[in-house]
Amino acid sequence: MEMLLDSNLESVDQAEEAVLRLASEVGFDEDDLHRISVAVRESMVNAVVHGNRYNANKKVHLSVSAKAGKLTIRVGDEGDGFDASKLPDPLDEKNLLRQSGRGILLMQAFVDELEIRPRAGHGTEVRMVKRLPERP
Amino acid sequence: MSVKLTVRQVGDVSVVDAVGRLTLGEGSSLFRDTIHGLVAQGNKKIVLNLGEVSYIDSSGIGELVSAFTTVTNQGGKLKLLNLTKRVHDLLQITKLYTVFDVYDREATAIASFS
Repeated sequence: MEMLLDSNLESVDQAEEAVLRLASEVGFDEDDLHRISVAVRESMVNAVVHGNRYNANKKVHLSVSAKAGKLTIRVGDEGDGFDASKLPDPLDEKNLLRQSGRGILLMQAFVDELEIRPRAGHGTEVRMVKRLPERP
Repeated sequence: MSVKLTVRQVGDVSVVDAVGRLTLGEGSSLFRDTIHGLVAQGNKKIVLNLGEVSYIDSSGIGELVSAFTTVTNQGGKLKLLNLTKRVHDLLQITKLYTVFDVYDREATAIASFS
């Protein structure tokens, strides 16, 4: 599934709904659906707010696929790109009371694979993989 | 559904009952305005009841931190009540569980101010 979304907060809800629909069909349980939901919302908010900066002329590129027991989600923006390694560590004592900067931390915590890379052309792409738990 | 907030007084303690989702947008600005309003009115003992909060994102966590620092900087105290497992887990992941005073009984939270 692929979607081209506007750079606004309504798109965050649309992306969450679309991904959760597929994730539910694939068989993720309620707790994993919540984790996927948080990861998708955080990546979408980053794309809309920090990447595209709400620019109505820029789009957010969402793609989701499910196969071989795993859900792969890609969220791309058309922004200027950024170096994730230069972001402040939200777990450092001196940063604990900062109001922002925890989105990537939550993505990391809630998916099995997270990759943040420059998007072909321009912008940033976040690739996330969530695997279905193995059943006995 | 975005967050709904109800404020009630228990003695000199303001209890804020939150219901719904605390996420970026309308919910987080309502939350911020409510806390700032309470502090501006001189309320320095605040219990935030999160028992009916089903969902918090990083923006919502940021609002909790902002509320904590706003109240603390005015010489007050903000305590959290009734965390759901999901909210509890988020505070653990972000290492904020050690920052907040967290209670699972309202009476205990209120008594902790005295």
